[in-house]
Amino acid sequence: MIRLCSTFIKTVWATRAGRVSLLVVVGCVLLAVFGPLLAPYDPTMRNYDQAGKLLRLAGPSWDHWMGTTLLGRDIFSQMMWGARPALLVGGITALGTVVIGLNVGLIAGYFGGRTDAILMRITDIFLGLPFLPFIIVVLAMTGRSLWTIIFAMTIVMWRSTARVIRAQVLSLREMQFVSAARITGASDFAILYREIAPNVMPVALVSTAFSLAWAIITEASIGFLGFGDPTVVSWGSILYDAYASQAMYRAPWWVVPPGIAIMILVSAVYFVGRAYEEVINPRLRSV
Amino acid sequence: MGRYLATRLSHVVITLFAMMTLTFFLFRLLPGDPTAMVISPALDPAAQEAMRVRFGLDRPLVEQYFVYLANLARFDFGYSFRTSGPVWDLIQGRLVNTLLLILPSMTAAYAIGAFLGAYIGWHRGSRTEAGVILVATILQSAPLFWLSMLAILFFSIKLDLFPTGHIVSPGSFPEQTWRMYLTWDFLHHLALPFMVNTLYQLCFPLLLMRSTMLSTVGEDFIELARMKGLTERQVLFRHAMPTSLLPLATTLPMILGWAVAGSVVIETIFSWPGLGLLMVEAVTQADYPLVQGAFLLIAVLTVTGTFVADMLYGMLDPRIVYR
Repeated sequence: MIRLCSTFIKTVWATRAGRVSLLVVVGCVLLAVFGPLLAPYDPTMRNYDQAGKLLRLAGPSWDHWMGTTLLGRDIFSQMMWGARPALLVGGITALGTVVIGLNVGLIAGYFGGRTDAILMRITDIFLGLPFLPFIIVVLAMTGRSLWTIIFAMTIVMWRSTARVIRAQVLSLREMQFVSAARITGASDFAILYREIAPNVMPVALVSTAFSLAWAIITEASIGFLGFGDPTVVSWGSILYDAYASQAMYRAPWWVVPPGIAIMILVSAVYFVGRAYEEVINPRLRSV
Repeated sequence: MGRYLATRLSHVVITLFAMMTLTFFLFRLLPGDPTAMVISPALDPAAQEAMRVRFGLDRPLVEQYFVYLANLARFDFGYSFRTSGPVWDLIQGRLVNTLLLILPSMTAAYAIGAFLGAYIGWHRGSRTEAGVILVATILQSAPLFWLSMLAILFFSIKLDLFPTGHIVSPGSFPEQTWRMYLTWDFLHHLALPFMVNTLYQLCFPLLLMRSTMLSTVGEDFIELARMKGLTERQVLFRHAMPTSLLPLATTLPMILGWAVAGSVVIETIFSWPGLGLLMVEAVTQADYPLVQGAFLLIAVLTVTGTFVADMLYGMLDPRIVYR
């Protein structure tokens, strides 16, 4: 596992785009960890000017680098807090997605036959679930918290990983090293997790990166639609506040930063995934 | 082929059945009171009790489940809490609005994406390729609702070129009628969400087309076409591109289904009265029969899309053998 991670980092680091993207992702992780400590203001505090008047929709200034919201809250501080839910929700969802998807794909692809048929029917059912509507319904039914968002997203997202992994396993299981392992008397379990699984890990990693990117965007979309965790300041919820207050068109400084932050983080994740994918799949490489 | 079709069709039926079952239990088991699904908690207790008996909610859940399935078979999705009208009447008009936004923009996105993707795949390793990929990836990474906000901010507020939302000017058509789709006003309202959605959705076909082209470029028949003396342009558009269209064409129905599911976002920001916006509104108003109806309809569209994608793949690619 550690060796896989170090080859992953080395591979991505080898290209310029990969290096830059990896640094951006690390930067965002640091922001998620330390951002709330470094934020100059409490993100939910109302700010007043010297005369004691509420700073409503104040433009960017020395005191408030990204201006203030309609309720006089400091947008820069909100941005510093917003990285945490984005990466927390995205990260755990991507992890859950790959754990479920990897196992379903491995088992379906290796055992084939009836096991495969049943698992693939289940995958089909999840493939038919409309993504955002399903999450909205689950949130409406169970209450809005970061954990329900993670739960709802994971339930729908593992389907794509499972299909990709299964396709890989189907070709791997015919290979000689698998028959060799079988001749030596290795159990199905051992063949599956010691011989085949390490060989699908690269594909699983790429798939994790894409799930992470997708989960971050979805978390923001849910926040924007007003179904996010009401107790958490996230980049999506900042945009929801801006939209719901109907003041966003008077205050571009309120609308622009969260979107740019999401865009930078997600595209960095995409580029990291793709830099790695190009190495494991040379057909995609640009000359 | 016939047998394969039958198997796939039976899978679709199973999937749809599972979806309806899942929806039934999702809507009834998650909240504390399963009757909240059909009876508004806002009514006084005596009336609630009377309705409970009338709708058969005092019966066991299993019995209710079969009644629900029988009703769905007759397009009976129940009655909305808010308007008391049949859910089906409310959602069918909304479906038309959603399709009028999604279908044209997805068609445009796939057409533009295919050509642009073929072009940059052909010019592999060029600066144009790197630039287009960078822009497409960044665009794809931006949340769609945020791109829409910026578009409204710039094109509607600043330049005053397009309305900020809605499907026609408020008040011009108090009732939903097909005549409103024939007005200039409708096209004017459609323009901005159409453009934003097209721009956002074209990233996926573009990147897919490019990576397919990369493998096509090295094939023998391309070399042959070149040797026949065809110009580069002819080789690209007559030989390389049509062959590479296959994976793209097969993803279209599935992506369409997903686009309908994703319409919640673009419809909310543009106040476009489609299925997605209806669902969001219904959830906020706790109008559960309406949410359920909209959800089921979107799910059916997604399942159908996936099925059509699978069938297309087999029909377009003669190398695939059905068993």
